[in-house]
Amino acid sequence: MDTTTVNNFKSEEYFINMGPQHPATHGVLRLLLTIDGEIIKKVEPDLGYIHRSIEKMCERDSYQQIVHLTDRMDYLSSHINNEAVCLTIENALQLEIPERVKVIRTIIGELTRIASHCLWWGVMGMDVGALTTYFYGFRDREMINDIFEETCGARLTMNYNIPGGLMFDIHPNFVKRTKEFVAHFKTKIPEYNRLLTGNVIFQKRMKGVGILTKEDAISFGASGPVARGSGYSCDVRKHHPYSALDKVTFKEALKTEGDSLSRYEVRIQEMWESLSIIEQLIDNIPEGEHKVATKAVIKLPKGEFYQKVETARGELGVFINSKGTKNPYRLKFRSPGFSNLSLLNHIAVGGKIGDLVASMATLDLVIPDIDR
Amino acid sequence: MTNEALQNIISSWIPELEFTQEDSQFLNITVKPEQLHQLMSQLKSNSETNFDYLFCVTGMDWGKELGVIYHLESTTHRHIIVVKVKTEDKENPTLDTVSNIWRTAEFHEREVFDFFGIKFNNHPNLKRLFLTNEWDGFPLRKDYVDETNMIIK
Repeated sequence: MDTTTVNNFKSEEYFINMGPQHPATHGVLRLLLTIDGEIIKKVEPDLGYIHRSIEKMCERDSYQQIVHLTDRMDYLSSHINNEAVCLTIENALQLEIPERVKVIRTIIGELTRIASHCLWWGVMGMDVGALTTYFYGFRDREMINDIFEETCGARLTMNYNIPGGLMFDIHPNFVKRTKEFVAHFKTKIPEYNRLLTGNVIFQKRMKGVGILTKEDAISFGASGPVARGSGYSCDVRKHHPYSALDKVTFKEALKTEGDSLSRYEVRIQEMWESLSIIEQLIDNIPEGEHKVATKAVIKLPKGEFYQKVETARGELGVFINSKGTKNPYRLKFRSPGFSNLSLLNHIAVGGKIGDLVASMATLDLVIPDIDR
Repeated sequence: MTNEALQNIISSWIPELEFTQEDSQFLNITVKPEQLHQLMSQLKSNSETNFDYLFCVTGMDWGKELGVIYHLESTTHRHIIVVKVKTEDKENPTLDTVSNIWRTAEFHEREVFDFFGIKFNNHPNLKRLFLTNEWDGFPLRKDYVDETNMIIK
């Protein structure tokens, strides 16, 4: 074919909708794609399908009620979200929290992280065409959910943290079953790697796709495994430790390539680190009370309070502006998914639609976290 | 770097800044709207402060004033400051964008525009983010009333 014939095929840009019900968007996210053939020219997210205005509801509710709303943001890190609000309130009231509470919060927080990464791993495999991973991931996540159910009655929206401590003490079986899970899961991560990580098709879908440099990661406010896949050390657990995280040693998972595969590997590495944190704490849960008494009506002193924690997706910040009343004057959640979504256009432009799906899977978006 | 050292450096750039550490765990700076962009770009480009990570942008309705609170962190020095900017114009509040300094601000400023109606000069794509274009009013303002959708106790 000579060049004149090739030029007769007109290149034309057009829009297509991806979502709000596309399986790869993991929720009700709509992406407006501008494409030329199969090459992506622009990605514009359209948000708000499940926005509930939690921040406005918080201005109406008491501080105890606010904790329960946060489950519904990033529902896969519900325990850590609860912890973020509780820590903000406790720091503002200058409450002395028992060591037992801190250790239990950290153990359950790390279990939550593993459960979230299990789900992500399963769904991510499915996004790139490997259906089996979904069942493997959910099988192991089920064990964690059973532990949660036994201790606090809930499997997903935990509501286990309250300002001042924990709703109940841990179940007598908690330590035994957690140890069983750790022993079980140590044999399963190598299985994950055998099944998916080394797969040639998977590697080709992931390597060199959706590249994010360290400078861009910082400028876009990326956090969590997305930023750490680009070599940006941003683990809140390391830099601003909370609860019992200053008592444990763990390595921050870092990769420098910045592509989808490195974000994937960071999460696999994080599962090992979470197991190690649980192992360090599970035999030494201090005796003592599981909560300290707070007043029935909590009033925060006048002022501004900020607390950041590391959820499975990245940095969650809680900003409370209080006027000394029983409701916050303004409460802002800085959610990790919101900033991580904003860089999607940057990493997807120039790639194919299939690459967009792979990049989006490694961003690990949870839509209620973005549409707060 | 300590808060005092930070205050010394930053106050030498622009004389009229207000500094306070009361009621907050961080150093708070209040800046006039017309000096916002100059201060922000210096906070990022100066090697001693190097605030390259904008992690939280909060729209605020203080009653008489509307404004924005920026939380900044340096990834090299690991210090944090808070910058506040207020405008008394509630009819047509306008501030300068910082999205050309930190790209994350593009989305955050759209959220502030959506819920507080604050416009940002030179923003590349300023339109509603969560709400529909036909939405009337700005829901997170304190004087917003919507009798059908809100439960008021």
